[in-house]
Amino acid sequence: MLAYLLRRLLYAIPILIGVNLLTFALFFVVNTPDDMARMQLGVKRVTPEAIAKWKAERGYDAPLFWNGEAAGLEKATRTIFFTKSARLFVGDFGAAEDGRDIATEIRTRMGPSLAIAIPTFILGLLVTVSLALLLAFFRATALDFWGVVACVAMMSISGLFYIIGGQWLISKVWRLVPISGYVEGLDAWKFLLLPVAIGVVAGIGSSARWYRTIFLEEMGKDYVRTARAKGLSESVVMFRHVLRNAMIPILTGVVVVIPLLFMGSLLTESFFGIPGLGSYTIDAINAQDFAVVRSMVFIGSVLYIAGLILTDISYTLVDPRIRFD
Amino acid sequence: MSDLLSVRNLKAGFLAGGRVLTAVDGVSFAVAPGETFALLGESGCGKSATALALLRLLPNAGRIQGGEVWLEGEEILALPEAAMRDRRGSAAAMIFQEPATSLNPVLTIGRQIGESLERHRGMKGEAARREALALLTAVGIADPERRLEEYPFQLSGGMKQRAMIAIALAGEPRLLIADEPTTALDVTIQAQILDLLARLQAERAMGMLLITHDLGVVARSAHRVGVMYAGEIVETAPRQEFFTSPRHPYTQKLFAALPDLGQRGAQLATIPGQVPGLAAMPAGCRFAPRCPVAMDRCRLESPGWTELEAGHQVRCHWVAQQLPGGEQRLPDLPAAPPTAAAAADAARENLLAVGELKVHFPIRKGLFKRTVGHVKAVDGVSLELQRGRTLALVGESGCGKTTAGKAVLRLLPASGSVRLDGRELLALPERELKPLRRRMQMVFQDPFASLNPRLTVGEIIEEGMTALRVAASRDERRAALAALLESVGLPAEALGRYPHEFSGGQRQRIAIARALAVQPELLVCDEPTSALDVSVQAQILNLLRRLQEELGLAYLFITHNFAVVEYLAHDVAVMYLGRIVEQGPVQQVLAAPCHPYTRALLSAVPEPRLAGQREMVRLPGETPSPARPPQGCHFHPRCAQASERCRQEYPAPSTQAGGVVVRCHLYPAD
Amino acid sequence: MAFLPVFLWSDLVIWLLVAALGLLAWGVARTPPLGAAWGRVLHSRTGMASLAVLALFVAVGLLDSAHYRPRLADAPQNGQGSGAGAAPAYGVEVLSLLDALLTPLRTQVEKTYSAPLATRAYAKEMQEVRQPDGSLVQQRDFPRLKFGGAHLGSEESAWAGDVARRLLQGYGLAILLWAALAIFLAGRLARRRQCSFRQSWRELWRRPPTSTAPAWDALLLTLAGLFLLLTPLLALAPEYHVLGTDKVGQDVLYQILKSIRTALVIGLVTTLVTLPVGVLLGIAAGYFRGWVDDLIQYLYTTLSSIPGVLLIAAAVLMMQVVIDTHPEWFATAAERADLRLLALCFILGMTSWTGLARLLRGETLKLSQLEYIQAAQAFGVSSWRILLRHILPNVMHIVLIALVMDFSGLVLAEAVLSYVGIGVDPTMISFGTMINNARMELAREPMVWWSLAAAFVFMFILVLAANLFADVVRDAFDPRAA
Repeated sequence: MLAYLLRRLLYAIPILIGVNLLTFALFFVVNTPDDMARMQLGVKRVTPEAIAKWKAERGYDAPLFWNGEAAGLEKATRTIFFTKSARLFVGDFGAAEDGRDIATEIRTRMGPSLAIAIPTFILGLLVTVSLALLLAFFRATALDFWGVVACVAMMSISGLFYIIGGQWLISKVWRLVPISGYVEGLDAWKFLLLPVAIGVVAGIGSSARWYRTIFLEEMGKDYVRTARAKGLSESVVMFRHVLRNAMIPILTGVVVVIPLLFMGSLLTESFFGIPGLGSYTIDAINAQDFAVVRSMVFIGSVLYIAGLILTDISYTLVDPRIRFD
Repeated sequence: MSDLLSVRNLKAGFLAGGRVLTAVDGVSFAVAPGETFALLGESGCGKSATALALLRLLPNAGRIQGGEVWLEGEEILALPEAAMRDRRGSAAAMIFQEPATSLNPVLTIGRQIGESLERHRGMKGEAARREALALLTAVGIADPERRLEEYPFQLSGGMKQRAMIAIALAGEPRLLIADEPTTALDVTIQAQILDLLARLQAERAMGMLLITHDLGVVARSAHRVGVMYAGEIVETAPRQEFFTSPRHPYTQKLFAALPDLGQRGAQLATIPGQVPGLAAMPAGCRFAPRCPVAMDRCRLESPGWTELEAGHQVRCHWVAQQLPGGEQRLPDLPAAPPTAAAAADAARENLLAVGELKVHFPIRKGLFKRTVGHVKAVDGVSLELQRGRTLALVGESGCGKTTAGKAVLRLLPASGSVRLDGRELLALPERELKPLRRRMQMVFQDPFASLNPRLTVGEIIEEGMTALRVAASRDERRAALAALLESVGLPAEALGRYPHEFSGGQRQRIAIARALAVQPELLVCDEPTSALDVSVQAQILNLLRRLQEELGLAYLFITHNFAVVEYLAHDVAVMYLGRIVEQGPVQQVLAAPCHPYTRALLSAVPEPRLAGQREMVRLPGETPSPARPPQGCHFHPRCAQASERCRQEYPAPSTQAGGVVVRCHLYPAD
Repeated sequence: MAFLPVFLWSDLVIWLLVAALGLLAWGVARTPPLGAAWGRVLHSRTGMASLAVLALFVAVGLLDSAHYRPRLADAPQNGQGSGAGAAPAYGVEVLSLLDALLTPLRTQVEKTYSAPLATRAYAKEMQEVRQPDGSLVQQRDFPRLKFGGAHLGSEESAWAGDVARRLLQGYGLAILLWAALAIFLAGRLARRRQCSFRQSWRELWRRPPTSTAPAWDALLLTLAGLFLLLTPLLALAPEYHVLGTDKVGQDVLYQILKSIRTALVIGLVTTLVTLPVGVLLGIAAGYFRGWVDDLIQYLYTTLSSIPGVLLIAAAVLMMQVVIDTHPEWFATAAERADLRLLALCFILGMTSWTGLARLLRGETLKLSQLEYIQAAQAFGVSSWRILLRHILPNVMHIVLIALVMDFSGLVLAEAVLSYVGIGVDPTMISFGTMINNARMELAREPMVWWSLAAAFVFMFILVLAANLFADVVRDAFDPRAA
């Protein structure tokens, strides 16, 4: 089992290198630094001097891969690839357009992102799994039928409308909580209430329906019939036998996103004005701040791969077949 | 009411397309304490549905449409669900066909037994643990302490079924319903489980309802038998009566369709047509469309019960009409003349010569998936097969017989030597091998997986002809296709239709036609009848026998079924853990087996008759993994006659009288 | 010629898609198992109803995919009038057939917001009113709209009556149309089944339980609903802004109808880009195994480990740089927006083929163990031929299911991406840009709700129909369900 986890960890290395090369190609090969300078400075009135200055300020004036003019090791290190891409591996993200250090920015913005993402994740999981269990328990009844119809209807509504509608109804019409904003500390709860609630509701449709399918699939298996033949009650069959087996496929989809919770949610944070990583990313996109976007892409991949490894670990916890292999 | 279980006029079906299709139609029978009642029938006859309906465990689409089920003097169909749950597992428990999927994969064995103990006997904690331990010991699981903490995937197939039985016994049931309890197991394990069930039943005076399709299992285990056909019981009889004088034409046909040594070279009896679908049940007697003695009355009026002797009843107009004292045997078939051709000439040239064939699959483990060992699926197999003859490769599951068959056709990478008509195949590049592929083909086990569902029958059969450029022109191909279909007994219009429109037996005919299309000389048949019912198996065996006579085909026949071997094969090779332990002419090997494994294997096969049951040679344990075969003779851990030498060295071949070659230290090496 | 046909890249792709679907339908009709599966789709009431709704959306989208540039009214040239030799001049604006049909909606632009069916603007404005005595007085009031209800003239009090009359006309038309259709259908069925009209009419509404006939009743009911919804719209639209106007005075109904094409292009073309890559790599990895499998798995694990939105954001940003630094590539704004739309589809497709490839790899692994594959190998059939003849047709149902399941997700994604600023060109009308432009309107005092409401309702109907249809298709094609 340890060898299995270790192998998964080692496999992460070539993948991260691949991600790194891919982002590098995307950001520096598709468009040359000159193109980006021209674009940032405005296409019309741009002089070669201005471009050179722009590149020098950001360290984009080195060659891409190989610096023939430098000496020794610097032939490889004084390149855009090394300074901008390879250094991502050690957490050196460089500075944003406005000159601020990206790593510091990320550290301060992680808190608000997590404050929304974690409660949304946990509550959402609880609500959807319970709903799915309920529907599966009452399978092939009117409750199940209309529950599924409601799920399909709910998953047909764009996430934007959940947020716009929720803000309008709860903050504007009922005036229960502030429409947007954020404060540090314990008072943050009234700003978090609405985004968390909306996040949970918006996820119900697709997740509950998916989990229901998983439950029903498990309930059709032979061991469930064995459990019934023992005379166990339907709820014992459901909770002791079905739920435990259904956790395995559910975990695949769920655990992998846990590390990504750090990244926050683009939509929620920008609508509710929460200074997290999601809104940071959106602002960077709108300001065409390539350095920030590049960093976020890399961090996102690292977190996703961490999620894959976490998934493997969680498998060994719930599935004896892997634990003892 | 002395009966433990009494079923009266039970009717159950399945919801499909807005209506209920009746699968069990008016079934009545009774089981007394300590008695085994076997419900016998071919696939789709409704026997499993009956068993599930008794405990009200039918799947979601299932519906009980009527009738009464009296269990220990209670009508359980009328009980509320909560009360019914009290009966399940305690008054009546059930074990299922597939032990691999019937146990919960993420709970320990101890937990799964404990659930039942807690539910029905209120046992918890240490008391429950002790009782579970006792149960595991009772069902013959070695090292029960350890097994209690293990998960199902850590147990072998036979052990899982034992654990299933332990779970069923935990509630101290008075009735045990066993739904094909040994169908998924090998014959040696099947013998163990049947013995176990018989012992437990005797000890606990349980009633047992045994659902099976296997006449051999019935002969070995049942006290009384009910034969089901198309949702109805058509004949019930005590075991003695059942095997000595079966009355219903269907029952008689079933017996006649069984292949064995006595029928070698003769045409097997077959039942024409197929079991009617649930949606289109014929009026009157349901067997009438396929019955050789059907009368006008049979097609109009469903027959009632006719009591023949005490406890022997049959539902048949023809039998009733013959009473009293009339001839109740079906007229014999026109016996086909035994073909002398095949047996006579022994000294033919070899078509296929396999020498020291090895197929090893690497086992990769550890951080970098290095090869740490090999699964020696086939480990030095040598065979010879002559034109026009049949060599049966026999063994239990996992012994490597199918792998060997595929390696001969180079469908798997192998080492050693395979010579077809003197030409070495294993070293040939694929391009040069291609013309030789015309001369050898394969028929597969599962007729549902061996035909591409997206191609028409014509396209399927034509594929090999196109790939190997057999018939040059379109017209030639057309003509060849028509001839092929006729020779396997399918109508010409089958060409334009799709596989799903055909039954299992017909599909196997299509698969045979596909192989024959390139006019091979050698046909590797991989368990071609194991997925088929007895009556359909007979049709396919007849076909294979006829084709061999007409075309001079050589068959490498891979099977686990000795009855088929007796009927069809000239020579037989018995495999155990990747190696051949005994081979020789079929009469010699089957009549006087030398190797202890062959003897045990043969004696484990339940014979579908009362007399002539072989003396049992009990085989303990199960086949070890081919990844780590035992030192010395592979068979020694299970062999009663094993000596120190068997543990040390693998025995060399020893030639016995009649050309039998055996590898066992009991016989002096050549 | 009165117009110059214009073929935008996305038009070509769309019509190619239509042709491919036509071919596919022909192929399906020839293969009974597939035909039976489609039969099951049509047999399902949900399937038939959602198909009818989707067909309507697709029709609008196709109308919007035939583009042209209208010929300008001939300018007097050298006093010779329209000389035969003079080259005709065409407008720079690229229009579609849908634009032509919707001409009043497209051109009747108000100054700013107006509520649905309003005759006056939504906000008061200083205006000069001529008093009875002839003097001009400055007064704050709701100004009359230029087009909305203009035919009423000064008799604004007739508004209610006019709207009611038009509504009634619409309903009347709906009933007539529907009845004609229902009778026609029953007649056709009667002729085909050779039974009386009465009987076929009865069976139309109450199918016998064993029947496998298409769910005509669901079709008729859906059409009834659609007619009742749409004919009043038709009757009112020429004189009113049925769904109001937005901030710059553009008709909301027009924007909604234009959004449909964008949604369809995103939903369909994206998967089309995905398909060849995903299918080829997926089945190759599953069939060949070994290093091919390792390489392909590495490829898709790497791609899928970058969170989708971020990868899309990065790619779209880069594409934007390319477009912005090469303005000379595009003759018209429409062309630029169109290319950006296609590029977006391409980017979305490149980030989403991994799921399909993984699915197909797994299925191919299972299939290649099946005996009919081994039978083909025993004949020495080449690997590529086995892939094409044995594997591909047997995974096609997965591809189809993925196609319909992805559609709704992509339509929803477009809205989010456009909102984030990495979606379609801001000048291109889409659900996303509509929502983005209107996002603050609920916070306004007084609130402007109609743009958002209209976008919500139409998007909901489209996505719901797609989701329901996908469910039915999955049930019909999944061999496990059958």
